[in-house]
Amino acid sequence: MRKPLYGLMAEFATPEQLIEATEKVHSEGYRKVDAYSPLPIEELHHSMHLPDSKLPRFVFFGGLAGGLGGFGLLQWISQVAYPLNIGGRPLNSWVSFIPITFELTVLLAGLTTFATLIAMCGLPLPYHPVFNVPRFKLASSERFFLVIESEDPRFDLVRTREFLNTLHPHEVSEVES
Amino acid sequence: MADNVDLRTGTTGSGVQAGPVPVLAPGHNYESVSESIAAVPLKQGWPKFWLVGFTATFCIMMMLFATIGGLVFKGIGLWGPNVPVGWGFDIINFVWWIGIGHAGTLISAILLLLKQQWRMSIARFAEAMTIFAVACALLYPTFHTGRPWLAYWMLPYPNTMGMWPQPRSPLLWDVFAVSTYATISIVFWYVGLIPDLATMRDRAKSRFAQVAYGMLALGWRGSAKHWVHYETASLLLAGMSTPLVLSVHTVVSFDFAVGLLPGWHATIFPPYFVAGAIYSGFAMVLTLAIPMRSWYKLKDFITAKHIDNMCKVMLATGLIVAYGYFMEAFMAWYSANGWETFMFKNRTTGPYGWSYWSLILFNVLIPQVLWFGWARKNVALVFVVSLIINIGMWLERFVIIVTSLHRDFLPSSWGMYYPTQYDWSFYIGSIGMFLCLMYIFIRVLPSISIFEVRTLVPRETKGGHH
Repeated sequence: MRKPLYGLMAEFATPEQLIEATEKVHSEGYRKVDAYSPLPIEELHHSMHLPDSKLPRFVFFGGLAGGLGGFGLLQWISQVAYPLNIGGRPLNSWVSFIPITFELTVLLAGLTTFATLIAMCGLPLPYHPVFNVPRFKLASSERFFLVIESEDPRFDLVRTREFLNTLHPHEVSEVES
Repeated sequence: MADNVDLRTGTTGSGVQAGPVPVLAPGHNYESVSESIAAVPLKQGWPKFWLVGFTATFCIMMMLFATIGGLVFKGIGLWGPNVPVGWGFDIINFVWWIGIGHAGTLISAILLLLKQQWRMSIARFAEAMTIFAVACALLYPTFHTGRPWLAYWMLPYPNTMGMWPQPRSPLLWDVFAVSTYATISIVFWYVGLIPDLATMRDRAKSRFAQVAYGMLALGWRGSAKHWVHYETASLLLAGMSTPLVLSVHTVVSFDFAVGLLPGWHATIFPPYFVAGAIYSGFAMVLTLAIPMRSWYKLKDFITAKHIDNMCKVMLATGLIVAYGYFMEAFMAWYSANGWETFMFKNRTTGPYGWSYWSLILFNVLIPQVLWFGWARKNVALVFVVSLIINIGMWLERFVIIVTSLHRDFLPSSWGMYYPTQYDWSFYIGSIGMFLCLMYIFIRVLPSISIFEVRTLVPRETKGGHH
């Protein structure tokens, strides 16, 4: 018995064709869809009805933790753990804590950005079915791909293939899972 | 990606960028861009200039390691700094290297926020330059501690000694500023590399390269859903790096400005240091980019337009730096402070007067040639000017540190500073390490951001061969 299909993949030569195709795929009712391109295409965001990235809210809390944690750490060091009289300055000489507080805010926000990006993209992911299509190698250089996954309720091997063929792709291929 | 293309009709403006000189040579499509840049690590093998350059800089790096060995076994008495000049080459070179790093972040972060598309083809290797320059810079304070194996004492962590660092000291601010800068620069650089590493993975022919690039690419497949997160993350990292880069040299300048020494205790220091950092950084980018684009035939990507723009940035920041020099002289007079006046007189006419006047010549007078279009078009001349600015910015740190320290308040504690051969071998060795790392970088990673340059390909020619 053949392995179940991951989906059907259509290949396009230009970003414009891909954008048009994603619009038609969406209006046809397909929802388990993804597009692959060698460069970011802002228009896909709208044509595929993708939600805005939730990444900034994680980064905000990362930065907040860095800022509050950093400032708290410095206060705790200066007032509790190791109080030092430096030229008669108050123990809470908070102005001189600002540079380190700022640096720790940026540090934590930056590391959160990276960690969240990796997590939201589900990386690292060494194996993915789309790599089974030999021509998918070109997705990182010059070609544009659209995949309708077989899990989509409207997916039907014959009818979906016919539909994809109406979008004038360079080629439609089956993606083995 | 700010592309004002009408997708319905497929019409575009005149292609890439307004202006007579394009930031991407005409006639390129996605495939040719990918091929030209990826071919440098994948297909060009081991060209003779690479082998010669790498071997030479590797040997110079070994001189650095030998010096480090000496410093660790014998102690930092091998170096020249002593009372009254306790900060010699080690701090001069620390500030010099950190400054050089600043151009990378400026290009990758600030110019990204300003939507300057010309930044795309120079951002990658300017960021690499940042990381390697910061690595060189960190060597100096680390080995100047004398006991580098205890460098972690500078970090706040619970320890059996019951001791904590002193958060009111600019030197501790510096620890946090530079280590954060190094970390975030590496993160930003790596995030930018991920899509290109996927390109390298898919184009590599040898199994080893496929696996190596594949592991580094983390399985990136260019999914539209991922690009949304990716673009958001890039923008956020750029937004964070912008104040970060400005803060780093500000904090470095606090190392001096918070002290009470005439010649250091000045409010002009933070902006003047930041401008100087960008000035020297762009000079170093040009010093590296001009030979690289001609050796590796990347003139389609690093065009005359890039060199012209970088010259203009150097000219602008150079004028800010010149204003800083002028303000120092003005404040020495206007403050009517005897110590300040003496400091300036000593700086210009004292035993180190030659360094001040060479600095004015190298950093202020010679770069004025960049006002002229013919000079900015003459690549050989720009290369020479960029080298001169690198030397000039080194002299600036020499002037600030040595001439301020060697004659301060008490004539009985005056003295002279003479760098020893170990000062020189450490400094020259660190240049060797920097260049050696650059050679390795150019050989193994795409030195221009491929996916960003693809966005410069005009939409009407996109798609390439059919």
